[in-house]
Amino acid sequence: MQTQPPAPAPTVRPKRKTSTLQRKETLSGFLFIGPMLIGVTVLTLIPILATFFLSLADWNFVAGLKDIKWVGLDNFNRLFQDEAFLKSLRNNALFLLAVPIYLAISMLLAILIDKHVYMKSYFKVAYFMPYISSIVAVAIVWQVLFHPSAGPVNQVLMSLGWDDPPKWIADPQYALVSLMMISIWISIGFNMIVYIAGLQSIPRDLYEAAEIDGAGTWAKFKSITFPQLSSTTFFLLITGIISTFKVFDLIAVLTKGGPLNSTSMIVWHLYDTAFVNLRIGYASSMAVVLFFCVLFITLLQWIGQKKWVNY
Amino acid sequence: MTALRTINLRKTIITVLMLGMSILFLMPFIWMLSTSFKIEAEVFVYPIQWLPTQWNIINNYKEVWVGQFPFYIYYWNTVKVTVLTTLISAGVSALAAYGFSKIQFKASGYLFLIVLATYMIPQQAILVPQFILYRFIGLFDSHTGLILLSCFSVLGTFMLRQFFMGIHTEFIESAKIDGAGHARIFWQIAFPLVRPAIATYAILRFIWTWNDYQNPLIFLRTDGLYTIQLAMQKFTTINGEFYSLMMAAAVSAILPLLIVFIIGQKSVIEGIALGGVKG
Repeated sequence: MQTQPPAPAPTVRPKRKTSTLQRKETLSGFLFIGPMLIGVTVLTLIPILATFFLSLADWNFVAGLKDIKWVGLDNFNRLFQDEAFLKSLRNNALFLLAVPIYLAISMLLAILIDKHVYMKSYFKVAYFMPYISSIVAVAIVWQVLFHPSAGPVNQVLMSLGWDDPPKWIADPQYALVSLMMISIWISIGFNMIVYIAGLQSIPRDLYEAAEIDGAGTWAKFKSITFPQLSSTTFFLLITGIISTFKVFDLIAVLTKGGPLNSTSMIVWHLYDTAFVNLRIGYASSMAVVLFFCVLFITLLQWIGQKKWVNY
Repeated sequence: MTALRTINLRKTIITVLMLGMSILFLMPFIWMLSTSFKIEAEVFVYPIQWLPTQWNIINNYKEVWVGQFPFYIYYWNTVKVTVLTTLISAGVSALAAYGFSKIQFKASGYLFLIVLATYMIPQQAILVPQFILYRFIGLFDSHTGLILLSCFSVLGTFMLRQFFMGIHTEFIESAKIDGAGHARIFWQIAFPLVRPAIATYAILRFIWTWNDYQNPLIFLRTDGLYTIQLAMQKFTTINGEFYSLMMAAAVSAILPLLIVFIIGQKSVIEGIALGGVKG
């Protein structure tokens, strides 16, 4: 039986009146959601369709609409032989490694802040600072801190006896790792706050029962905290992976994909192709790849969530 | 008693360790602030001087605010764009959220699904068509265009809908029996009830818009229209060797947000925790 839950006071109305009322409801419904619907249609739905169409074209924006050439799947064929694009994909994949690292640190910090420290709100604010600050400002500060010869980071390393410290963002070998470190530093605050919320929803009696059984800190973590946080972890993992695919600001400010493409990632490459080289069709095919990457992960999330609802 | 004391001792030790760790998170900001007070020659002196020997605050900030790249213009631009985006976006989202939760009509369920589905489309995947569209309809390189881009927030609609659903239907039914239309019910009953949630969303939107770099970069071209993030980057490119000035610019860009954050700290943290939301 698929019935709606009964209304609190079922009023019997003559049929004709109901339908005028219903029409009125529909009208006001559309008035309320209208602005949102129009906005989403014009600025999101039509553009995503356009992305799919444009990915089948070879088009330089400056040449105008007449010079659009339909090339079928050529863009995609070229894309998967394009060394620079493949490099961006690989960098993206590597960057994913940052996600489990900051999840682990965030979880640890959340547990400590939730139960084991004084001055909780100070810690929440302190660790959250990087998330509040603009990535541009943060990136500029790190750029100077990571300065190869004069920057404080290397000054400290050299005074500790490391004669030849890495050149960080100026060194193709270390540039991506440096970006990952900054990204970890920025992301911890957000993830930690969500973990703290997750911790607070764990029922207390679980711990009390475990304490009666004589469970130590590690045992409690292993068999209560960690499993109870699994849905939070899963959610943060998905959000983290998706945000990795969207990394742009850091690269745009710090490295512009360099040195030697060592920090180019999908979105940066897309931006560079579309807005610097003006190859609209080719860039759109990258956008399609990006879209399917994110779609795939979102679907994983749906499937995973269903499994997690009944633990 | 001993148990209590050992626990407290452990708590103290962990607090001290965490304090040490938190320095890692605050130090870059302190370094930024202290550098913005220095003369250029002292920026890279090692060991780091946290307090400058020669204070140069006024000159540094004067150069940033009214110099060759006058920040007061960009500040004004950013304030304008951010405040308008926040207000419009909160309004549009609140209306839609009410419509999707408190008005029963046929297509509602499907339309909500469609709107929700667009949330998983990464904005970068539609940048190119948006750019072309803006060139066509003349919204490119304008604040109106920039504001419109972030006005239709699926996330805001979704968040606020949860809160509207928490309002008892009886409230609304009885108001209807008294002859009130949805406009009046929304404005006089529903809106005041979800005001805290709207405030939370508005603070988050404020922060995201203030910090947005990608949209201004792509959709603005004229110098005079730049927002502060964009201006800061241009400023860095031009004053690349003047680190004290760069840091003064960065401090200027972060400070207003810090104030918003400290005032609305609880809302921000709750909002983040609640929706697990991310710009």
